[in-house]
Amino acid sequence: MTPLLDAHLVVEHGDAFRLDIELSIAAGEVVALLGPNGAGKTTALRGLAGLVPLHAGHISIDGRVLDAPDRRLWTPTERRPIGVVFQDYLLFPHLTALDNVAFGPRSHGVPRTAARATAAAWLARVGLADLARRKPRHLSGGQAQRVALARALAVDPAVLLLDEPLAALDARTRLDTRAELQRHLTEHPGATLLVTHDPIDALVLADRLVIVEHGRVVQEGDAATITARPRTDYVARLVGLNLYRGKAHDHTVTIGDGFTLAVADVLDGDVFVAFAPTAVALHPHRPDGSPRNTWPAEITGIQRHGDNLRVQLTGPIVAAADITPAAAAYLHLAPGQRVWAAVKATETRAYPAAGA
Amino acid sequence: MTRNGTIGGRRRPPIVLLAPAVLALTFLVLPLAGLLVRAPWSSLSQRLTEPAVLTALRLSLQTATIATIVCVLLGVPLAWLLARVDFPGRRVVRALVTVPLVLPPVVGGVALLLVFGRKGLVGSWLYETFGVSLPFTTTGVVVAEAFVAMPFLVIAVEGALRGADTRYEEAAATLGAGRWTAFRRVTLPLVAPGIAAGALLCWARALGEFGATITFAGNFPGRTQTMPLAVYLALEVDLQDAIVLSLILLTVSVAILASLRDRWINTP
Repeated sequence: MTPLLDAHLVVEHGDAFRLDIELSIAAGEVVALLGPNGAGKTTALRGLAGLVPLHAGHISIDGRVLDAPDRRLWTPTERRPIGVVFQDYLLFPHLTALDNVAFGPRSHGVPRTAARATAAAWLARVGLADLARRKPRHLSGGQAQRVALARALAVDPAVLLLDEPLAALDARTRLDTRAELQRHLTEHPGATLLVTHDPIDALVLADRLVIVEHGRVVQEGDAATITARPRTDYVARLVGLNLYRGKAHDHTVTIGDGFTLAVADVLDGDVFVAFAPTAVALHPHRPDGSPRNTWPAEITGIQRHGDNLRVQLTGPIVAAADITPAAAAYLHLAPGQRVWAAVKATETRAYPAAGA
Repeated sequence: MTRNGTIGGRRRPPIVLLAPAVLALTFLVLPLAGLLVRAPWSSLSQRLTEPAVLTALRLSLQTATIATIVCVLLGVPLAWLLARVDFPGRRVVRALVTVPLVLPPVVGGVALLLVFGRKGLVGSWLYETFGVSLPFTTTGVVVAEAFVAMPFLVIAVEGALRGADTRYEEAAATLGAGRWTAFRRVTLPLVAPGIAAGALLCWARALGEFGATITFAGNFPGRTQTMPLAVYLALEVDLQDAIVLSLILLTVSVAILASLRDRWINTP
């Protein structure tokens, strides 16, 4: 099936930053563009919307080329079949919720009465029929988010773009709004691109994740693959795993200057090794007699992590260990203290670093 | 009073600043007070209703209002151009717009005569083609006032446009609005308070215009004699009349100041 959105986005900001990513999204598919701040996610969205010019590459929607700098093709924002939900919504402050939603249809030449009817239907769909006459300043954050979504969808966009749609909400509202947003994104027949730095939003809302760092796609796939097999430190941290790159031979992976980890998988060549912080055990003295990976480490920090404590370790490898408060008390853990860390080979996961 | 010479818990302002500040305030208020003290209150109502006074007042209000409308119709697009479109020479254009602000109005009047006079660059063409002559007409008054007052409007509106969040225009574009629709339905309502403030300043400046008007349009009662011109003329004939006319202008100015107070004059 040919994708509804097919894009190769190249945007440069001077010498300092270069975005260069390829994206394709099928009809009905929701893709999350996930990455740390400054990775270029919002720039990618603005490029798709025609709000920043591309330096190279192309954008085509439904087989129609909208933007191709090499061929001197460019379609202004107002003629692209897109809808955008901005991070802070940008509802027009002088218009009511109804007129905000009717703005799109009106701009597309729909007569006032018909546009208002469309807008009213959309407001009803997001559950805000009662608030149609309110001005944006009299809407709560969650309500404003839903009006913004209704406004973007009211023009029947082929591609819906959402820029951190939940970032401006407090934790409680976020939960409800996320569930509601998921429902609307599932119903949207077009392609959806969701830009976010929150892995939960990405995992809940998207069918597929595209992870961007420093303007490049570093990993791409469904949630299960990415959480099981992270390929960068950023992704590993997102999904809460310790991640190392090394050379495998048989059951042994050599990391950096000769530090070796015994792993359960049998591999050869460049590999990633991942294990969860809960798999790391800490001991006051070198444990012996068990088939474990052990290494001396120094504690650099201790934070609460759910019901447990997360202990940051340096040593031959940097690692995080989750232990119970009881164990921490027994070990008298404190920053600067030296301990022995241990991980069972069966708790590790090794996978090839080459390829996708 | 508490210790160390504080008043109401705050420190007393230093005398080096306080003394000149009080002096400045006195200097600004005293002439206005003088006007009020010397006003012929007993004969005020009779003098106010003199046909000559009413004629000048009506002419002033009419020409200032028309000049303001012209300034809004032409000045808002110019302000938009300066604020939103990045064209070569924008800095030069912005500097040119402010020239009438610093130009002595009499010089402005002379310049207008050279361009719009019957033998002027544009004026000769206007006269030969349409038989229209601007100098020494009521239209001439409007031209002189618009010339002097337009920069006030352009600067105020450009400031408002720069202060407005351009991302609303981007949002309008993503909803299918072209630049004109976005300007009309989003930008204009957002900067409406700025345009209102600019138009009021513009109107007040046009109402008080003297130098360019008397140079370009002359001083003909009923045709080009606005209030400031009438004040000047009255000063040579009857001081009491001059005071009354001045009081009217003062009242109008204060009324405008009061309506602008919250938006423009007072900064928080």
